[in-house]
Amino acid sequence: MAPLLEVRELTMRFGGLTAIDALTFAAHEGEITAVIGPNGAGKTTVFNCITGFYRPTAGGIALNAPAGGTMMLEHMPGHRIARVARVARTFQNVRLFAGMTVLENLLVAQHNTLMPSVLSGLLAVFGLSGHARAERAAIGRARFWLDAINLTARADDPAGALPYGAQRRLEIARAMCTAPLLLCLDEPAAGLNPRESEELSALLKRIRDGYGDHQGCSILLIEHDMGVVMRISDHIVVLDHGAKISDGSPAQVRADPTVIAAYLGEGEEDSVESLR
Amino acid sequence: MPAHRRVVAALRDAFLSALVTVGLFGAMIGLKTDVGATSLRLIPRPWAVVIAAAVVFAGRLALLAWRAWRPAGTPSPRRLIALGGRAGRYVAPILLVFAVGLPTFAGRYWLDLGVLVLTYVMLGWGLNIVVGLAGLLDLGYVAFYAVGAYAYALLAQDFGLGFWTCLPLAGLLAACWGVILGFPVLRLRGDYLAIVTLAFGEIIRIVLLNWVSLTNGPNGISDIPRPTLFGLTFSMGGGPGTVAGFFNIEPDISQRVIFLYYVILGLALLTNWVSLRLRRLPLGRAWEALREDEVACRALGINVTTTKLTAFAMGACFGGLAGAFFATRQAFISPESFTFMESASVLAIVVLGGLGSQLGVALAALVMIGGLEVFRDLAEYRMLIFGGALVVMMILRPRGLVSGRTPSVSLGSAREISPDLIAQGRG
Repeated sequence: MAPLLEVRELTMRFGGLTAIDALTFAAHEGEITAVIGPNGAGKTTVFNCITGFYRPTAGGIALNAPAGGTMMLEHMPGHRIARVARVARTFQNVRLFAGMTVLENLLVAQHNTLMPSVLSGLLAVFGLSGHARAERAAIGRARFWLDAINLTARADDPAGALPYGAQRRLEIARAMCTAPLLLCLDEPAAGLNPRESEELSALLKRIRDGYGDHQGCSILLIEHDMGVVMRISDHIVVLDHGAKISDGSPAQVRADPTVIAAYLGEGEEDSVESLR
Repeated sequence: MPAHRRVVAALRDAFLSALVTVGLFGAMIGLKTDVGATSLRLIPRPWAVVIAAAVVFAGRLALLAWRAWRPAGTPSPRRLIALGGRAGRYVAPILLVFAVGLPTFAGRYWLDLGVLVLTYVMLGWGLNIVVGLAGLLDLGYVAFYAVGAYAYALLAQDFGLGFWTCLPLAGLLAACWGVILGFPVLRLRGDYLAIVTLAFGEIIRIVLLNWVSLTNGPNGISDIPRPTLFGLTFSMGGGPGTVAGFFNIEPDISQRVIFLYYVILGLALLTNWVSLRLRRLPLGRAWEALREDEVACRALGINVTTTKLTAFAMGACFGGLAGAFFATRQAFISPESFTFMESASVLAIVVLGGLGSQLGVALAALVMIGGLEVFRDLAEYRMLIFGGALVVMMILRPRGLVSGRTPSVSLGSAREISPDLIAQGRG
């Protein structure tokens, strides 16, 4: 079976700087694929190419939907990647709608299911479309994810007033409200305390395996916290200077001498410690 | 610090303030230009400078004294204003009842003023969709006002269409212009967007000024038909086909004013209702999300361009409706009515009222348009008072009169969101 996401010979140049150099990897359905590497290795650039924020200089990104059909993401505008290809993402620095409530954040994420077209959106002003029912269903879905991230009690608080860890969780829930096939998380454990990253690991596993009404969804993960990466990843891709230096299961990557060299070369001894 | 040292410090502070006043305003109030026999003469007015300095000295001293010896338990001005905000929920119904009942007790002058204020309330609410909800800074809003006014005037003049037929057409045309403007400029952000919309406003005015064969140029269009009540006119002659003839009453000019007043009240309330309703719908929520974070919107699959365009078109549509009303009320329009000053006043109303707040915008229009009109007797001093009021306002309420945001949906009880969390939009 074809992998869910195939990145082939992906190259991204900014002027004279080559951020990603002919990168090839795949993410399989129902797995958590982690992309790791030292700072400046090009991880976030890969994410920005996949989610349409950057247009790659060369190469292809194919999404093979389980229902059949392949979409070439490098040709699609960002909002269509989220809507049609159903790839959702979170950001390295949390990007919530701070002045809107937690619940509103989750409803904005369901914009496309709630508003089939601008015309019907305008007709809803006069109560002329089945909007009330759709809105109830959307609130139900929002509650499901609020329960999942343990924030139901704060549903009516502004998102900007939440503590940092809760904001991170909310951003994941908001991405999940778009009902994605692939969830791209950019450093979800950054700034979390050990207990919170433990909870995050459990949440990500539940998102992968599915529970309740949620069917399960594949995850692509950028993370510096090696504890989280090694605990939950099914597959790890290691980048350094824009190129892939290792690719395999956590055990394989941990034993790979090039990975250890890359981290040692960058002087990140903590990371090496946790790799072992 | 001992008491006498504090007094000395306060006196020194007040003296410095007075000195600054002399430096700043010395030449401006100290010298008056007057028309002499052959040329302008300068008349020195030292006493005026002394009075101004004395006022500032006393005012500063009083302020410092209030700060230092405020009786314990007296709330600070900020707290007082916050308390006033809590009473805010009663303000809107009271204002509405007052607005509906105004024609029963007010005279011609007050009704005319009411019509003027309500026109600006409507414009403010229309612009509030673009600036307050979607966070797009539009400095050329008057362009859509002009499109609406000229649409009605030209359709009435060339095709003999009535006001009620032209009203939706004017709104539609203005919305089209909103989209036409929107397409090229919405890729711009913040200051750049503001500059381009400003230019668009000027382009519309200059085209109206120079396209003499269509718009009659600077001479404007006169004899624009007045609105009718279900086909009945407000003609002074009485007789069949007029309101006075139909209801068997004496024809009176105030009947038409009252009718115009209710028309603009209805239009303004329509604007308010549509914006309040849209805020609770996915489209309005997407506008607010766009103001909060455009990048996140894109990542959630929201088509940023169409969403911005709908906001522009919606705001423009209400601007056009207000324009058509303006044309029928004045019965005469010329490009002079659609200068940048109008865009600036409407934007000032929205900013002063509080971005995104319906009640705040209505209050700001009342204060700015109504207040300026009431103080007309004070001649040039009214701008001074107005400027001073704006400064005080921006110190005490930097985010506008009503700056909080009510959530559009809630699981439990909706609580107002404090303005520090709300983004102002960068276009």
